[in-house]
Amino acid sequence: MGSFSIPVELIRIVVGVVAIAAFVALNAIILVYLERKVAGHIQRRPGPFEVGPHGILQTVADALKLVGKQLIKPAGADAFLFWLAPVLGFLPIFLFFLPMPFGPVLTTLEVPLGLLLILAFAGLNVLAICIAGWGSNNKWSLLGAARGVAQSVAYEIPLLLALLAVVFMKGSMNLSKIIDSQGAWPWQWNIVLQPLAFLIYFICAIAETNRAPFDLPEAESELTAGFHTEYSGMGFGLFFLAEYANMVVVCAVATTVFLGGWKGPFFSGSWWFLAKVYLLLMLMFWPRWTYPRVRFDQLLNFNWKWLMPLALANLLVTAFIMKVG
Amino acid sequence: MDLGELDARKGFFKETLAGLWSLVVGLKVTGKYFFRPQITVHYPRRTVDNIPSFRGPIELISREEDPAKPKCGACSMCVSACPSGCFTVTKKRPPAPTPEEIAEQKEKEARGEKVKKKAAPKEPERFLYDYSLCSLCGTCVEACPSGALRFSASPYRAAFDRKELVFDLLADLAERAREDRNPPGTGKTTE
Amino acid sequence: MTETAPFFSDADLAGDFYTRRFQPGPSENTLILNMGPQHPSTHGVLRIVLEVDGEYIVRAEPVLGYLHRMHERMAEEKTYLQYLPNMGRVDYLHALAWNWAFVGAVERLAGIEVPERAEYIRVITTELNRVASHLVWWGAYLLDLGAFTPILYAFEDREWILDLLQTPTGARLTYSYFRPGGVAADIDKEFLKGAKDFAVHMRDRLKMYKDLVTDNIIFRKRLEGIGPISLDMCRRYGATGPVVRGSGLAYDVRRAEPYSVYDRFEFEIPTTGSGDAMGRYRVRMEELEQSLRIIEQAVDSIPEGEIRVKGAPKVKWKAPAGEAYFAVEGGRGKIGVHLVSDGSNRPYRCKLRAPGFSNMSLFGEIARGILLADAVAILGSLDLVIPEMDR
Ligand code: SF4
Ligand code: SF4
Repeated sequence: MGSFSIPVELIRIVVGVVAIAAFVALNAIILVYLERKVAGHIQRRPGPFEVGPHGILQTVADALKLVGKQLIKPAGADAFLFWLAPVLGFLPIFLFFLPMPFGPVLTTLEVPLGLLLILAFAGLNVLAICIAGWGSNNKWSLLGAARGVAQSVAYEIPLLLALLAVVFMKGSMNLSKIIDSQGAWPWQWNIVLQPLAFLIYFICAIAETNRAPFDLPEAESELTAGFHTEYSGMGFGLFFLAEYANMVVVCAVATTVFLGGWKGPFFSGSWWFLAKVYLLLMLMFWPRWTYPRVRFDQLLNFNWKWLMPLALANLLVTAFIMKVG
Repeated sequence: MDLGELDARKGFFKETLAGLWSLVVGLKVTGKYFFRPQITVHYPRRTVDNIPSFRGPIELISREEDPAKPKCGACSMCVSACPSGCFTVTKKRPPAPTPEEIAEQKEKEARGEKVKKKAAPKEPERFLYDYSLCSLCGTCVEACPSGALRFSASPYRAAFDRKELVFDLLADLAERAREDRNPPGTGKTTE
Repeated sequence: MTETAPFFSDADLAGDFYTRRFQPGPSENTLILNMGPQHPSTHGVLRIVLEVDGEYIVRAEPVLGYLHRMHERMAEEKTYLQYLPNMGRVDYLHALAWNWAFVGAVERLAGIEVPERAEYIRVITTELNRVASHLVWWGAYLLDLGAFTPILYAFEDREWILDLLQTPTGARLTYSYFRPGGVAADIDKEFLKGAKDFAVHMRDRLKMYKDLVTDNIIFRKRLEGIGPISLDMCRRYGATGPVVRGSGLAYDVRRAEPYSVYDRFEFEIPTTGSGDAMGRYRVRMEELEQSLRIIEQAVDSIPEGEIRVKGAPKVKWKAPAGEAYFAVEGGRGKIGVHLVSDGSNRPYRCKLRAPGFSNMSLFGEIARGILLADAVAILGSLDLVIPEMDR
């Protein structure tokens, strides 16, 4: 029996990874289009409109353009690091999706510590930014990388603490188990029990994915384009893809942990999962097109003086109630 | 008027709440505009409706009696008025005398009378205008004593080569006359 | 074996004259950084050489001249009338103020009277242009600070002004509309009604601007207390316009040396003593309101009559010998044109005083010890238009 179970698992993983790759690419294309449309409508302009009906093929055209562009390495850049960075930024994406329960049975790999796996590999993103900034031999990139590292490291902590509060309550890091413990109706979701944790998580998620108003590593009006200033073609494309994939990841985790995953009041299934993820993504777009960017020291202050104490307090209260109640 | 200080400190919690509320207000504004209709004009399919008041490249105004003939008297005032030297205007030469006239002239000369040469017609032979140099300032339109120049209403003229932007205004005028879209003396003027 | 020369020699990478002259300071931890000439938030081609310690600026030195078009020299080659189109291109955002400064100088030089109606037309169009200029500043400033949406809202309103101004001037940006002795074309009833409607519309929008931006906590924290400029510093550098008003001095050429018919209108000169970026921001936002007030008053009281005086300069016009200086209040501060005439048809010398140049000179001093992100906030609050500074 054992000799059979291994191939089955393997096939599951291979199929899963292929599906994830398709999912990530498709999502990025849809998301970029959506974001540009949302931005357009907020700013009272049509957004992409010319390629395909209502511009739906615009991002495909852009992707093709990116693939076709020449890859340029600036003089004096460290070739190895320079090309390693985008790949390193992109590859962990697959690992994030491995333990993700897209639906009742749609999980590539049931890992008891799924949440931990995701959080652990999220750290790789920082490394990619750091290497990209260092390897580019550009002072702006370097500044962007320094910002990126400080920001990611700082915001990872409250993000973790916020998730930990839920883990305390449920006593499991298995994402499927966490979903199982939540009901189908909105008031049975974890967000009702842990509203503060959700808020903290969401803010940190925006910061972790370097989205405005926390997009300091890129901050194009200050650092030209931050850590990816020197990247062209698919070098930039991979960073871009990774950014959007990361957004899906953080929203998927939020959906799983706080919003009941694929469960819904009726017809529970993957569509609920997707719907919730996209709703959260929309929520992530909105501030980007509304707020100015915060300053770097303010960003860190906000983290250490507000998010961190709040997350800690939340965690302590949760622990206390769990113990007493 | 002294604007004074921005609203004074209200205490820690009030200020925090006010700050958070301001973020919500911002989202409300953009959220509201999200559902408002767009204001972009989709260019090739639709164009803006105030093009006539925009200054297009200079064109010649035709005479009332003949839509193919410009009002221009070839005085070259516009040439010297233009700050960028856009115009090249040459006068028509006097018509070549016929053999009879030559004979008559010779006769007169023989009689010792003064010979009067034929006056050149007050019309331009050639009227070139370099749109690539023009700053659409209107100095020429104002300078022209015969009121023969005006801005056209076609701002979309473009070319791949700089040389194509040197327009022959006489040919232009003739073409407009042929196509019968040459209102004499009317149309767009700035004065 | 011959060594092939590398594509870049070290000397090439070491930069140009300014970078080489700008040697690092005594500290080992600093970095020389070129902000510009193609940096997104230097608005065109301003270049600032920075010495930074981490993200803190140790020294900053603006480098000018990337957009120098020799406007002053061109004046000596062109007749008075031919030089007019240049004026729309010195400061493309507030082109009509420059128009006015030049024709004002010519009128003062030759003693030309301007008909009343023309003066009113000038006031209305210039104030509309000022609103448009401030709107561009507002949008671009917010873009510098990382907010993408305000600029499109600002341009939406600005479009309204451009459509209005297009009717009499025929242009949308680089106007060449004023003439010595009047204006080029008359305005009609529709224009006046449009200007009034715009004032009403704009007031409504200003409320929205306040909600979206001015009150926003992120925005306020980015601006409050940033880049304080003392009155003394303004005096030393000759700063004018919203910069000096933001530092507490109610100096406005429209009030201090009233020209044209400005003394007939009621309007306030907003000032604030804070002197920081927020102060300058608030002064400009209030100026929008004041400009709207002037427009409304002028529209209500505009007289009928000529728009150009009889005997206004023609093509072959020669100016009397002498000198004249004329100053107007532009969107960025005091604009001055000094004309020297030797009696010929061209100026002997024409000096253009651009407010942006003086305002920008401040930057090197206030930039010491601030964060890179604040540098962007300060540059934006000075409202720099590079073509005007370089001329
Ligand atoms: S509009 Fe001005 S630049 Fe153009 S041709 Fe006339 S005078 Fe010359
Ligand atoms: S267009 Fe007018 S100014 Fe120019 S040559 Fe003809 S008549 Fe003279």
